[in-house]
Amino acid sequence: MGELRLMKGNEVIAEAAIRCGCDGYFGYPITPQSEVMETLMEREPWNETGMVVLQAESEIGAIHMIYGAAGSGKKVITSSSSPGISLMAEGISYIAGSELPCLIVNVQRGGPGLGTIQPSQADYFQATKGGGHGDYRLIVLAPSSVQEMNDFVELGLRLAFKYRNPAMILTDGMIGQMMEKVVLADYIPRLTDEEINEKYGSWVTNGRKPYRERNVITSLEMDSDIMENNNLRFQQKYAQMEEEDLLFEEIQCEDAEYLLVAFGSSARVCLKAVDLAREKGIKVGLLRPITLFPFPKKPLAALAKKVKGMLVVEMNAGQMIEDVQLAVGCAGCKVPVMHFGRMGGIIHSPVEVLAALEQKLIGE
Amino acid sequence: MAKVIGAVVVDQEECKGCGLCVVACPQDVLGQNKQVNSRGYHYSFMKNPEACIGCSNCATVCPDTCITVYRVKL
Amino acid sequence: MELKDIINPNNLVYEKAKLLTENTMHYCPGCTHGVVHRLLAEVIEELDIQDKTIGVAPVGCSVFAYKYIEIDWQEAAHGRAPAVATGIVRTNPDKVVFAYQGDGDLASIGTAEILHACNRGENFVVIFINNGIYGMTGGQMAPTTLIGQVTSTTPNGRDAGRNGYPLKITELIAQLPGTSYVTRQSAHTPAAIRKCRKAISKAFQAAIAKKGTSFVEVVSTCNMNWKMTPVKANEWMEANMFPFYPIGDMKDSSKSEPESYSPIKN
Repeated sequence: MGELRLMKGNEVIAEAAIRCGCDGYFGYPITPQSEVMETLMEREPWNETGMVVLQAESEIGAIHMIYGAAGSGKKVITSSSSPGISLMAEGISYIAGSELPCLIVNVQRGGPGLGTIQPSQADYFQATKGGGHGDYRLIVLAPSSVQEMNDFVELGLRLAFKYRNPAMILTDGMIGQMMEKVVLADYIPRLTDEEINEKYGSWVTNGRKPYRERNVITSLEMDSDIMENNNLRFQQKYAQMEEEDLLFEEIQCEDAEYLLVAFGSSARVCLKAVDLAREKGIKVGLLRPITLFPFPKKPLAALAKKVKGMLVVEMNAGQMIEDVQLAVGCAGCKVPVMHFGRMGGIIHSPVEVLAALEQKLIGE
Repeated sequence: MAKVIGAVVVDQEECKGCGLCVVACPQDVLGQNKQVNSRGYHYSFMKNPEACIGCSNCATVCPDTCITVYRVKL
Repeated sequence: MELKDIINPNNLVYEKAKLLTENTMHYCPGCTHGVVHRLLAEVIEELDIQDKTIGVAPVGCSVFAYKYIEIDWQEAAHGRAPAVATGIVRTNPDKVVFAYQGDGDLASIGTAEILHACNRGENFVVIFINNGIYGMTGGQMAPTTLIGQVTSTTPNGRDAGRNGYPLKITELIAQLPGTSYVTRQSAHTPAAIRKCRKAISKAFQAAIAKKGTSFVEVVSTCNMNWKMTPVKANEWMEANMFPFYPIGDMKDSSKSEPESYSPIKN
């Protein structure tokens, strides 16, 4: 049993990074996630595990430092919030195109532009459809508790290395700033250079060894046939993710007549809305996608055959609803799929969610 | 003073005919061939081999590393 | 003595560096990149550091630098090579890392990355090829294009009022306390190339000794986009580039004490 603590979501990201054997964190301050780097600088992990922490000159600098360190087989993490993630989009595209592992934490705030500093889920499209240029996807994990902030650091990095693909924790200012009890993970030692060479020697650029060919990390390919093959290989990885690493949670779905679909903070609010609805005699369930990419299409399609209607609850103008509609529509279901969202940094209340469900799906 | 003689070998297929070796040679040994290689470049050659002292200036300035230099002290 | 007697392995005085690959360089005839690539290969070979050296390639003509030297390479996005090199060397402090960048890459799109990496004194070598023009994209104005210089985006010559002034970024970098060795070289004559090789070797030795950032600018030609022969381009460079970008060392911390700052009291 790990250590029990009361911590902020952002602080937990830092603590989990140290404990899971990260080699480096590179970041740039931005509200509402600055506690990640502040916690790391307080903790001074370079004295404890040898983990490097560096405040970069910009998010652009930070993500390219991540790219460099990831290229040498190191386990690295960065964090930012929406406007900063936009700046990182260039580097993330290169990391995906070069097939390197890393973890990016987006503690979302409202947008577009500078927007607000309050919580939002308006970066769903950016996170799940790639975000930068080119045909690529991130593994996207959406925690809805401080405990999951802790757990998904190790999980995200494990999946990133499994697929040699960047992973993202898509959270928001609510969970980042919220204090909650958390069971911290036990320490995993950082890999030694020998272990990195043994595990990742076929691709790392950490100095050509006499026993191997030199490695070159690049996303550049001038031959269109080879480039298309690269693209196809990426698509195979994304399909494999859906087969092997899809995560979702079904809450009170067994007898549900109506289904709420929500991730992250919205899912927390919906938990209460489910209880309120059932107190009124309305049988409501909740499907919470935990991986936003890969997206739980099949579980949604199965539920679509059972329920009378679905309400997608998000802190945005309607983004995940497109994936829900696609999953339901592709399964040939005609069940109504409606959306309820607040924007601008406003978190919907359970009462609002229930009212929206009644108004949009159940009727008077 | 010992007399030094040299020789250079130009990789004719690698040479891009930039002519930098021709002006770098203090002995006026090199010239650009009227013939072209398979890529269409007027490759360098020793037009005046007797004058070569093997100083390596030509190889030093060659951007494509297509000159090998030999030198003998007599 | 006949030619065939001279051309004998025993008499060999100059041959292609072993660390250069068999790939024919994609550069135009007479391009300075080829010379600097060779010098890098020679220095890495001489210092026997090929098993711990990582090169960071830029975007620009030398985007394919990784094809030519037999070491591990990572390709950076445009301007970001210093950040990539920072990531590598911070997490691999015992490795030897160098970033190879052109003037558009280093002094325009990547200004923030290079200045801050040098200011932090990141322990890597920067090779900066300055030919005052964008080569790969077809000869557009670079930050280092001279006033009056004709490029495809300054067809009547660079005008300071419209385009600003050529950026002496190496002079800026020499002022940063994080840098240990900052020099400007050229690679157009045998003597200049030998000096340039020494400078590159010194920069790598400083990185091995963990002295901070070492920075070697090589004032270079782009005969294709300058629309001159390689020989004429060298003459043009001497006449026009050298007066504005004078050759020589700007900073050598092995000869003088590095700047020190006393922290304020909190």
